[in-house]
Amino acid sequence: MKFTLSWLKEHLDTDAGVDAVSETLTRIGLEVDGIEDPAARLAAFTIAEVLSAERHPQADKLQVLSVDIGAEAPVQVVCGAPNARAGMKGVFGAPGTYVPGSDITLKVAAIRGVESRGMMCSMRELELSDEHDGIISLPADAPVGARYIDYAALADPVFDVAITPNRQDCMGVRGIARDLAAAGLGRLKSLAEAYRVADFDLPRAGAGPEIRTDDPAGCPAFHACTVSGVANGPSHPWMQAKLKAIGQKPISALVDITNFIMFDLGRPLHVYDRAKLEGALVARKARGGEQVQTLNGKSYTVDTTMTVIADDMMVHDIGGIMGGMHSGCSATTTDVLIECAYFDPESIARTGQKLLLTSDARTRFERGVDPAFLDDGLAVATHLVRELCGGTASEVVRAGVAPVDVKTVTYRPARVMGLAGIDVVEDEQADILQRLGFGVTRGTVWQVTVPSWRRDVDGEADIVEEVVRIHGLDRVPATPLPRAEGVALPTATPAQRLERRLRRALAARGLDEAITWSFLPPAQADAFGGAAWTLANPISTDMAAMRPSLLPGLLAAAKRNQDRGAASVRLFELGQRYLATREHPTAALLLAGEARARGWQTGAAVPFDAFDAKAEALAALAAAGAPVDRLSVAPPVDPWWHPGRSGRLVLGKVALADFGMVHPATVAMFDVRGAVAAVELYLDALPPPRGRKARGAFAPPVLQAVTRDFAFVADDSLAADALVRAAAGADKALISSVRVFDRYAGERIGAGQISLAIEVTLQPTTATLTDTEIEAVSARIIAAAAKLGATLRS
Amino acid sequence: MTTDTEMLQADLLGHIAAAATPEALEAVRVAAMGKSGSVTALLKTLGGMTPEARQTEGPRLNGLREAITAALAARKAELETAALNARLAAERLDMTLPVAPALIGSIHPVSQVMDELAEIFADLGFAVATGPEIEDDWHNFTALNIPESHPARAMHDTFYIAQPPAGAGKLVLRTHTSPVQIRTMMTQKPPIRIIAPGRVYRSDSDATHTPMFHQVEGLVIDKTATLANLRWTLETFIKAFFEVDDVALRFRPSYFPFTEPSVEVDVGYSTKTNKPAGAGQVDKWLEVLGSGMVHPRVIAACGLDPTEYQGFAFGVGIDRLAMLKYGMNDLRPFFDADLRWLKHHGFSAFDVPTISGGAGA
Repeated sequence: MKFTLSWLKEHLDTDAGVDAVSETLTRIGLEVDGIEDPAARLAAFTIAEVLSAERHPQADKLQVLSVDIGAEAPVQVVCGAPNARAGMKGVFGAPGTYVPGSDITLKVAAIRGVESRGMMCSMRELELSDEHDGIISLPADAPVGARYIDYAALADPVFDVAITPNRQDCMGVRGIARDLAAAGLGRLKSLAEAYRVADFDLPRAGAGPEIRTDDPAGCPAFHACTVSGVANGPSHPWMQAKLKAIGQKPISALVDITNFIMFDLGRPLHVYDRAKLEGALVARKARGGEQVQTLNGKSYTVDTTMTVIADDMMVHDIGGIMGGMHSGCSATTTDVLIECAYFDPESIARTGQKLLLTSDARTRFERGVDPAFLDDGLAVATHLVRELCGGTASEVVRAGVAPVDVKTVTYRPARVMGLAGIDVVEDEQADILQRLGFGVTRGTVWQVTVPSWRRDVDGEADIVEEVVRIHGLDRVPATPLPRAEGVALPTATPAQRLERRLRRALAARGLDEAITWSFLPPAQADAFGGAAWTLANPISTDMAAMRPSLLPGLLAAAKRNQDRGAASVRLFELGQRYLATREHPTAALLLAGEARARGWQTGAAVPFDAFDAKAEALAALAAAGAPVDRLSVAPPVDPWWHPGRSGRLVLGKVALADFGMVHPATVAMFDVRGAVAAVELYLDALPPPRGRKARGAFAPPVLQAVTRDFAFVADDSLAADALVRAAAGADKALISSVRVFDRYAGERIGAGQISLAIEVTLQPTTATLTDTEIEAVSARIIAAAAKLGATLRS
Repeated sequence: MTTDTEMLQADLLGHIAAAATPEALEAVRVAAMGKSGSVTALLKTLGGMTPEARQTEGPRLNGLREAITAALAARKAELETAALNARLAAERLDMTLPVAPALIGSIHPVSQVMDELAEIFADLGFAVATGPEIEDDWHNFTALNIPESHPARAMHDTFYIAQPPAGAGKLVLRTHTSPVQIRTMMTQKPPIRIIAPGRVYRSDSDATHTPMFHQVEGLVIDKTATLANLRWTLETFIKAFFEVDDVALRFRPSYFPFTEPSVEVDVGYSTKTNKPAGAGQVDKWLEVLGSGMVHPRVIAACGLDPTEYQGFAFGVGIDRLAMLKYGMNDLRPFFDADLRWLKHHGFSAFDVPTISGGAGA
């Protein structure tokens, strides 16, 4: 919402300057986004007097002036203006000054051989009007050397104020003036005073137009009158100046009047050319397929949920949003119908959203204009039409009734302290409310009536807000929240603690935490099982699919990092996967490029392999508190894993993590160079971590443990894990650990065979083991291995 | 006799000193102290002596033996030291050669700031609450007093889920963390003190806006909390978070559908220290916080009695907090996973924010 300081002062009787107005606006919630003074660019122009004017020796149409600019010596200026003459005063621009109307910066120049040091300016050159027949001629008492903008009082700063959606009443200058007056910045003038009339009781003759509302839900009230015999030329300069100052283009008197009232009073209106209307003008729901060509030059198809204004022939207006081209006013318009209606805010918002059509009228109607201002709005409009365009006004016709029920709020003044924590004495509270237009009946409990223009206020909290807003929200003190006794209790949930531990464990293992988009290109989601959720209105198609896995984001990140020259990428992320079963907290990590750079000790660089991924997976699960020694490795399930070099870590039947090499085809799709190892960890599948309790007494084994090595030969399909489990099961009481320490495949044992060497640790508890006992356990281990087809290597 | 012993001793000591290797020294030892060694032979003569003679010769011969034994041991130690020194000299390595670099990972600044927030607010008695990112429009809008026709619901602000499952109603990507307020009030009895950090989404993309970003919501519901308590809470939080002794806050009236009164909070900032600052030092105001008293309609929508319960809520951008505190000037790299950026702006795994160690790393 833009307005100038002088415009504000049409409604607000105040001596306040630009700084006081700006500071107060922001303080009461009308945030000043910017203040600009268009006159500031004319600040360098000064008043000068022409001392002499001689004919240019080389050009008939030019004169050589000697100009007093208030400096010690006069300056020489070559001038082409026919009205330049000795003794006149005008506006001077010195070399270096930017002239906005001609888009040049002045410099010392020789014009047809005569030096010119500056310029005497026309109105058009200063963009003050289109006048360019000669240079500006000022009265004889204009002070030479003074700034022209000060002399001509051109300085009129333009405020740009952000109006929050609840404050429709401040989408007109008058509403802003009312708030400022309530804040003590001056006196709100009466409407008549602001428009410089005694009253709006203007002469009316003849019956009003035939109008009605057939859609009382969408358009509860439709007021109108006609004005006959108008002349629609350019509007008066004062109105044009105001509209231009806030960036509105003057069009014609009739159009400018409706625009002016919209910005001045926050009251949108519409004026129809009666010559283009046939029969009664009716507010009704649109009929399916009806079209209307609107004033923005576009054509809209309206549907049966939308309120329109139509006559017997056609739709003339998308009610409350934009008027139609056909019945718009033109230079030939002589008879007009002025519409001042009330449209239902929700209906306006829906229609505007459906049509993707915004307008200053919609912005106001959808926030809810003052329903009690229809008569006044129509009277002001009629007054201006008659004043600027002449003509005879008809009686007013009123169709329907605007929702003007007065709201009364039961209010306890103590709630200011109770809600805002600040003490505002009752007299001041009553005073503030009354200045804002509220009615106050005091008592133990107050009855506060809400002004018709404050649709946003309907409860006690709203009244508190009004009081505190004007009293000064920034005066609210800081009062400590009561604090529980003792040291603050822990608040993190088990899931939060798990995530924190996991995140820091992964970072401690050398992985960098990334945060990638929750949305993916659909093709990337498809490579990971497809998206269960897609966006109806993504920013771009590349951000349309909610990720079913964290790996695509990390793969794309690996690609970007490789492109930037990274030789080794270790990334992880904690976030949600979005599956048909909703959101699943997940941790993923990705290893691409070199596991180990080439080195003087270790030789060539080594790429990541599936066991790097397994090591990270187990470390992460251990950090997350999962029972790592009870997990088993199942084959991969999902097709984006390398079928022979990945696995699923399973606890019972529950998959806790997938790990291994990403399928080469998937890697290729992301254009990542080299093989990629990865892990995805399903945090919501992890068993809930147990709190750390005091442990039992430390009782190390008294007897020495014994280790025995066994080497078995088996079919190469035998999983090492199966052999370890079989061996460990041979004597659960005695065998404390089994570890694979060698694996061999090669010609010495024949094709399709492997040799697995295990180290078995026997931990006696009651007595030192005898050779016989050790032999017995060994025999059971060998027998257990034999059931798997493994034989002792000879 | 005496002269012989002395001569023998001098002779042997000379051989011991001259022995250049452990082997040569062993040969001298055997020649002197072995079964048929010269000293051993002399000692054997003691047995055939008279007690008187033994009394004088015994100590003399034992003295000889001890002197030779000691000399042998000393020479042996000398030779061993020399041998060790020679070996060590041969074992020299170039200690300027590099070792494998340690793997150093990093914590994303957003995670670090979330942990800092959790720590600071835990001290004030706030728990951390979470909620879904795919949210229904009742929790995201309706319960927060944002009616159907509100501009915030427009397609250009909010991401809508295409074809939501039957019965789910309209689904959106949550546009703020405020729905967590609703979920918390519906499941917990007051008094409530929570913060809710997390990912939020808006259909917006430029240098200072990304379609996904992070917010933290704060909520206090009890029977007495006021705007004055809000001011203290925010002051306390800002001071702790930015590690400053004093901060000036400016409360400005604003509008959010879910609060009444609504307060826009500007944080006083000093461009000299690049930190939030107290009243005397402020030369700039940062608009970082939206807040207010929870709207009675929101409290009622959650099944609580708004005549009994009241409280305040606030929301602030986590990415923005991180940028202000740790000096990043562009939001987009937050979500680009550029290793160089992560290592530059990220945090050590061991920089765990704690009250005793400083909530700021």
